Amino acid sequence: MPRHWTLAALIAASPAAAQTVTVEAGPDAQERLQAALIEAKPGSTVRIGPGRFELTDGLSLDVNRVTVRGAGPDKTVLSFKGQLGAGEGLLVTSDDVVLRDFAVEDSKGDGIKSKGADRIVYKNVRVEWTRGPKPTNGAYGVYPVESSDILIDGVTVKGASDAGIYVGQSERIVVRNSTAMFNVAGIEIENSGYAEVTGNLVTHNTGGILVFDLPALPRRGAGHVAVRHNRVIDNDTPNFAPAGNIVATVPTGTGVLVMAENDVDVVANELSGNGTANIMIVAYRQPFEDKAYDPYPRHVQISDNKHGRAGFAPAMPGGAELAKALGGTLPPIFWDGTGGDQVKLIGTDKAPLLTLNLALGAGIDTARPQVGKLTQGVPTASFVNRLPSAMEAAAQ
Amino acid sequence: MKALLGAVALFVAALAGRPAEVNDAAITGDALPAKLSDYRFFADLAGETPAARVIPYDLETPLFSDYAGKHRFLYVPEGHEARYDAEAAFDLPPGSAIIKTFGYPQAGKFRPIETRLLLRRASGWVALPYVWNAEGNDALLRRAGTRIPVTFTDPSGVTRRISYAVPNQNQCKDCHALSGAIAPIGVKARYLNHGGQLEKLLAAGMLDRLPADAPRVARWDDARAPIEARARAYLEINCAHCHNPAGAASNSGLFLELGRTDPVALGVRKRPVAAGRGSGGRDFAIQPGEPDASILLYRMESTEPGVAMPELGRATVHKEGAALMRAWIESMPKTAQAR
Repeated sequence: MPRHWTLAALIAASPAAAQTVTVEAGPDAQERLQAALIEAKPGSTVRIGPGRFELTDGLSLDVNRVTVRGAGPDKTVLSFKGQLGAGEGLLVTSDDVVLRDFAVEDSKGDGIKSKGADRIVYKNVRVEWTRGPKPTNGAYGVYPVESSDILIDGVTVKGASDAGIYVGQSERIVVRNSTAMFNVAGIEIENSGYAEVTGNLVTHNTGGILVFDLPALPRRGAGHVAVRHNRVIDNDTPNFAPAGNIVATVPTGTGVLVMAENDVDVVANELSGNGTANIMIVAYRQPFEDKAYDPYPRHVQISDNKHGRAGFAPAMPGGAELAKALGGTLPPIFWDGTGGDQVKLIGTDKAPLLTLNLALGAGIDTARPQVGKLTQGVPTASFVNRLPSAMEAAAQ
Repeated sequence: MKALLGAVALFVAALAGRPAEVNDAAITGDALPAKLSDYRFFADLAGETPAARVIPYDLETPLFSDYAGKHRFLYVPEGHEARYDAEAAFDLPPGSAIIKTFGYPQAGKFRPIETRLLLRRASGWVALPYVWNAEGNDALLRRAGTRIPVTFTDPSGVTRRISYAVPNQNQCKDCHALSGAIAPIGVKARYLNHGGQLEKLLAAGMLDRLPADAPRVARWDDARAPIEARARAYLEINCAHCHNPAGAASNSGLFLELGRTDPVALGVRKRPVAAGRGSGGRDFAIQPGEPDASILLYRMESTEPGVAMPELGRATVHKEGAALMRAWIESMPKTAQAR
């Protein structure tokens, strides 16, 4: 046998090549699981066995290239019902991490947060507040922030008092084939760039999919957000967000809401049963001191969407009066009209468009409602994110 | 017999002459020593008799940690000095260590619970938590942290029973991180500049220089100091290790370092970003003149995980600290944009 073969065989057999540590359910789960996450070597897998893990504190991972893998989102349950400290259930602060096949339940703050964690994969994970929608539930279910290259695939989030799947201040994002229900916001992309939200089921939230750019944050949204091929259905859960949070202002029955973000495509989605509107395009209405901030949405394209029933229970201020004036319901597409032509709102959707022609920050009582159609325009070229192949492989 | 006699002779010599010496290899090596005694920071660990070049210090305004007492020590190896900085934490040479023991008085005597170490290795800082044994004669490495039931009497005379959280190794870093690398927090000129502490470090050959104009923070509970200065010192030491642009709360946009001047970054009429139920139904971090409309107060006065700030190491409300922040916010003119 040639010498280099022997070496290769040795390397393949060495524990460092594919080290796996398994943590089973049972007493002292907190310290055993946390110890495994601290002692994990780069390149290794921490397997979490089936069963319920009753945890008293937030867990955290700060080692690069670690896979945390359970036995399935209904089999491996990390329960934070008895949590006494920390702001989230699981916190990841390292790069190239894969989280898959487990559930986080009833965390006191956010469910799973990853901060400054590049090339992270969330696959087949469930985050849920099991008592249903309540303002005392944690804010975000899945919460990557200040990161680049994020893949969220086949994830389920239920009951978040802010956003089920929230991606903030990040770039190159794919949220796909996931389910968000009974959250205030189903999926939210905030102050981020190059995000694809595709093939998701977003139902029974207050608002389905939110695309926001907000002032006074360290990172401004870079725009380029594509909301494609999603089913945004029956978002009818009354808003249960604690006041003070921006999502507390989202009207119940909102399908897709674009606020102040640039280069947004809302294309080929199925939208129905959204009592305020299937699609809303709005400026940021609150006062702000951030001089570099642009409160208008710009370059928004609404095309090839299938519209079902909408606008039958408008929940924004003045909505009921507006609906009455318009014959009982509001049109499926809503634009505050703020910013006028500079917004460049175009598309092929034939569904009626309600425009309020509001000046920036003006009250709804100053609205000059107008029902029409979207301006046909040259569609902007859509983009497709190409995430590193190792991320796609990890999500198989 | 001869060997034993020799050992006794050495022991006697140590008692009589040179103070004990720190085990430098334990600080600089790659291993994670299992026992606090392995480092030999103290000639007598239980009695906290420091070894050579291990110097006790305290902070003019400290982080609140559930009313725990803290005994802090700094070690800089022989032949090396910390580099003075007027702003940032002192640059400590490899081989240095920061030792911080947390405990509560029991029957009139300080009973240690845990000792946190920051070790300056060649590759950077390493943070390790050690938990004291029942005998109180040594502490053992507990990388995954733990919880310990503690009963104590707070300064107002109230008996408190809490589940005291010893942080895990990652949680050490949650607070002690700047741009992802572990960094000391309190070892700054402005926090050490009182009671001759800096002079003592200089005299011991542990600090390279000491300018006459070294800055100094206000003491948070010094009733004679301006309330603004006290409040800002309190905010910095309790919050700014996360709430700065390179810290764990960088995405919040709420930045509370002492040098920060932009009112919105400091929270004045700043809306929350990811507060969730931590907002308490309030609109702004600080609503000038209205502490009860300020999220900052709501989160300081809560002990609920997910609401309470800081997120780690606080199971009790710091009544006196909250009262200070309340008075500060009350003192702000309701119409003011600045300060």
